[in-house]
Amino acid sequence: MNRNISFTINGKSVTLLVDVRQSLLEVLREHGYTSVKEGCGVGECGACTILIGNTPVDSCLYLAVWADGRTIRTVEGETRNGDLSEVQQAYLDAGAVQCGYCTPGLIMTSTAFVEKNKDNTSISRHDIKRAHAGNLCRCTGYETIIRAVEQCLTPEKPNQDTHCKCKAESGE
Amino acid sequence: MFDFESYHKAESVDEAIALLAQNPKSIPLAGGTDVLVRLHQHHQDYRHVVDIHGLKELKEISKNPNGVIRIGSGVTFTTLTEHPLITGNIPVLAQGASSVGGPQVRNVGTVGGNICNGAPSADSAAPLLILNATVVLKGTQGQREIPLHEFYQGPGKVDRMESEILTSIVIAPENYQCWFAKYHKYAMRDAMDIATIGCAGACNIEGGLVNQLRLAYTVAGPTPLRCWKTEQIAKGAKADESLLELVKSSVLKDLRPRDSWRASKDFRQHVIQTLAQRVLQAILNQCGEVKP
Ligand SMILES: Cc1cc2nc3c(=O)[nH]c(=O)nc-3n(C[C@H](O)[C@H](O)[C@H](O)COP(=O)(O)OP(=O)(O)OC[C@H]3O[C@@H](n4cnc5c(N)ncnc54)[C@H](O)[C@@H]3O)c2cc1C
Ligand code: FES
Ligand code: FES
Repeated sequence: MNRNISFTINGKSVTLLVDVRQSLLEVLREHGYTSVKEGCGVGECGACTILIGNTPVDSCLYLAVWADGRTIRTVEGETRNGDLSEVQQAYLDAGAVQCGYCTPGLIMTSTAFVEKNKDNTSISRHDIKRAHAGNLCRCTGYETIIRAVEQCLTPEKPNQDTHCKCKAESGE
Repeated sequence: MFDFESYHKAESVDEAIALLAQNPKSIPLAGGTDVLVRLHQHHQDYRHVVDIHGLKELKEISKNPNGVIRIGSGVTFTTLTEHPLITGNIPVLAQGASSVGGPQVRNVGTVGGNICNGAPSADSAAPLLILNATVVLKGTQGQREIPLHEFYQGPGKVDRMESEILTSIVIAPENYQCWFAKYHKYAMRDAMDIATIGCAGACNIEGGLVNQLRLAYTVAGPTPLRCWKTEQIAKGAKADESLLELVKSSVLKDLRPRDSWRASKDFRQHVIQTLAQRVLQAILNQCGEVKP
């Protein structure tokens, strides 16, 4: 049940032989894109989120053959010449990463959201939460993630309170 | 790896119909957010796949000069939420679509899959029922159109013949022009949750009286259901607070909620009545805003 498919991933064109039964998650991990994580395998957690075009998609519920002719982005392509993307940097600044398992998926969701709303001045916290509702994080409590996204959308007035209160509370 | 026994990619609806006819065990695969989850759990009924994902002819939304709105079965929830023909004419369907799962699921899951899956919890179903939507099916026997409420036959069971593809969903102008409508989904979480109860209502009001009421629920019976008895009772009633009480006292007679691990029957009944009131109040508010 094999097929050749071609797509662009992180700016690079590739042609791969895939089994029609494989998810895009499996194929990407097999080919070294291990930022793409499997959490649940059934669309609940978003750890496997990648962008198809500019749209966040759960790669665990996406057949690899559907990627034929498409443009894919994963976290591997977000750091250019050693420079973190704006969203990646904001995650670091806000302390939005703990164990990191959810982070690649969340970064892709945030990246799509920030790029879409760069010039939108009416974005609320509620909009940020809704856009990230398909990504679960067991560690951070989400607050720092939301702040990282806020930082990307209003960089001229950075949130003073970016350092997470929970660090003080947990005695870190 | 999904355990397909056979896989065929259809390049057109006609090819999909031919492929389905060749193998009675095969099923269409659209967004896969129901089918691939079942295959992940090694369900045996989904192993022969006719892939209709991305078929362009199923992705269109149009409105003809008479006001008839046609929605391709392959339209995703995200498109329903954002498309001006939907938000401008039948925003109640956008409300239903935007309440589904999370963004990733809405980006891929389709309205056709939501209906054909036959789930009593389908979030597009209650809005489409109160819009008196018609579903268009095409198969080896030709094309037929039936009202959505007749398409639903039982839990997970719809009136689709083996070779048939649901091609589009049609909404006539008399079912949305001059109507006020609202969908409210009650779930345990604000996102990524199946409805405990979903309720869509629509009212057509003339001279302060209810000309017609339409009310539909999800998870309140084996399929999404219209409240025919209550709709009859509401005919000619005053379009004010008293309507809320009238509907509340009647609505349970139309529905058959069950106990499940998600919620007890008693609780569902309570939510059914509360949502009737909330939805109707929202509709009355909309009328008030339009005709002060
Ligand atoms: C994490 C998660 C959360 C979810 N949350 C919700 C929710 O909140 N509300 C909700 O309503 N649903 C929810 N769902 C269920 C699912 O996303 C929807 O039912 C969706 O609409 C299914 O569409 P699909 O295109 O992905 O269908 P598929 O999985 O491709 O197909 C579903 C069924 O419909 C049939 N089918 C599909 N298209 C056609 C067609 N054109 N003609 C004939 N038959 C067809 C298939 O054979 C299959 O039986 C959720 C799913 C996941 C994974
Ligand atoms: S692994 Fe894909 S959503 Fe959880
Ligand atoms: S940082 Fe651990 S799951 Fe999110």
